[in-house]
Amino acid sequence: MTGVRVAGVGLTEFGVHPERTTRDLFAEAGLAALDDAAIPRDDVEAVLYGNFMSELSERQGHSGPLMAEALGLSVPATRVESACASSGMAARLAVRQLRAGEADVVVVGGAERMHNVSTARATEALAIAADALYEVSAGLTFPAAYALMAERYFQEYGGTHEDLAHIAVKNHANAVGNDYAQFQREISVAEVLDAQPIATPLTLLDSCPITDGAAALVLVSEDYAADHDVATPVAITGSGQGGDRMALGDRDSIARTPAATAAAEEAYADAGRGPADVDLAEVHDCFTIAEVLALESLGLFEEGTGIDAAPAGVTGPDGDRPVNLSGGLKAKGHPVGATGASQLVEATRLLRGDHHNADAVPDAEVAVTHNAGGTVASAVVHVLEVTR
Amino acid sequence: MTEDTARDEGYDDFLDAVADGDGYYLACPNGHGWLPPRRVCPECGAREFSDRPLSATGTVTAVSTVHVAAPQFADDTPYAVALAEFGPVVLTGQLPSHAPEDVTPGLTVAPTVLESDTTGDRLLGFDPV
Repeated sequence: MTGVRVAGVGLTEFGVHPERTTRDLFAEAGLAALDDAAIPRDDVEAVLYGNFMSELSERQGHSGPLMAEALGLSVPATRVESACASSGMAARLAVRQLRAGEADVVVVGGAERMHNVSTARATEALAIAADALYEVSAGLTFPAAYALMAERYFQEYGGTHEDLAHIAVKNHANAVGNDYAQFQREISVAEVLDAQPIATPLTLLDSCPITDGAAALVLVSEDYAADHDVATPVAITGSGQGGDRMALGDRDSIARTPAATAAAEEAYADAGRGPADVDLAEVHDCFTIAEVLALESLGLFEEGTGIDAAPAGVTGPDGDRPVNLSGGLKAKGHPVGATGASQLVEATRLLRGDHHNADAVPDAEVAVTHNAGGTVASAVVHVLEVTR
Repeated sequence: MTEDTARDEGYDDFLDAVADGDGYYLACPNGHGWLPPRRVCPECGAREFSDRPLSATGTVTAVSTVHVAAPQFADDTPYAVALAEFGPVVLTGQLPSHAPEDVTPGLTVAPTVLESDTTGDRLLGFDPV
């Protein structure tokens, strides 16, 4: 089984680009990744494309071949949908395809266009990642679902909204200087607590924004990299996926995310690594509480203690376990179908040393990415390692 | 989405029953409870279910007040949405007639069927008792 290496990465600026089509966004990110890889386009054998809601926002389905064409490629192409984990899942499929020897060069990524519809319509579109019969029909929105998870977490383990606010503050500070981030400004705990309520206890500043953007990577087999003398300092050494019941009410507990725990355990075992080896993490903080749940599922913090990490500074840039040095979904933005791939891009740059926050982790060797779908009914975790 | 007129077999039957005061859930032989439609128990794989009466009252386990809703509930905000435990099943429902700040975990509620102020569509709700 061959290893999988990252040959190139690309991002668009994340933000408010209502006029830009997903095909244009993905073309920008994908071509940037191909340029970064400096690999001839004829060597690309497949495109895997993550996207969640183009049927609703653009009335466009069947996006796989459309995105290959946008990159100027005539190769087999498949669209992957797993809600907010769409491109993380696409990356996992690419990793498996490369390891199986079915391809040597794959372009993987994702894109989402969300600002061409109203906030209400975007809220409606995001809600389809929840259970339409048992949850959405009763008025459960995505922020409300995570609000219920936060409430249960507080009841079972303690913690306050103010603790959560520190996560938003940290991630906003991390995004300052990230040219790709939607919000490159700092915020305060008081601003988070006093912001417009969305679904109590969560406010606007506990929530990731609605974002347009795209991300892409060129992944290659170890053999291809060696044979073609392609510079690939970063490898994806572990991949894992987990699942859970769709409806919150059908789960054993909503204060934990076992799908992500299973994904992490598989990814660590795959890489021959463990939580103690992790130098940095990019996790799916769609709402502040989600970062807490991610840290615990990744084994970086014990159950019930993830809430203390940000207030104590442990997950800050100067802490022992920097988390979301990109700014996370909270500040970098969350173009749903692009997010998983963007985490891999950010982690790669942090390990390669060409990230705006790379100075915070100069000796980092191991990174993990955590990408969750819906209320973590699906989750995918990857382990990345750098060779210096 | 409101233009859909076909019933959702199973779930609409469940709502009909709740509206008539005869709410039920599906119980597998091993005691796991689910809302319809289900063909197999996700917990144990059993494929035989019996209809069991839904407990007349349940207990709220988590609640949030929604201030920003999807278009089909735009005129309903703010409203409380809660998880409530009715024996082996946990239901998601809305409590629009109750001041959101008065809905707290531990509150005893009865299942009911409501209509959205926005669309007139029916939905599962909870009445504090």
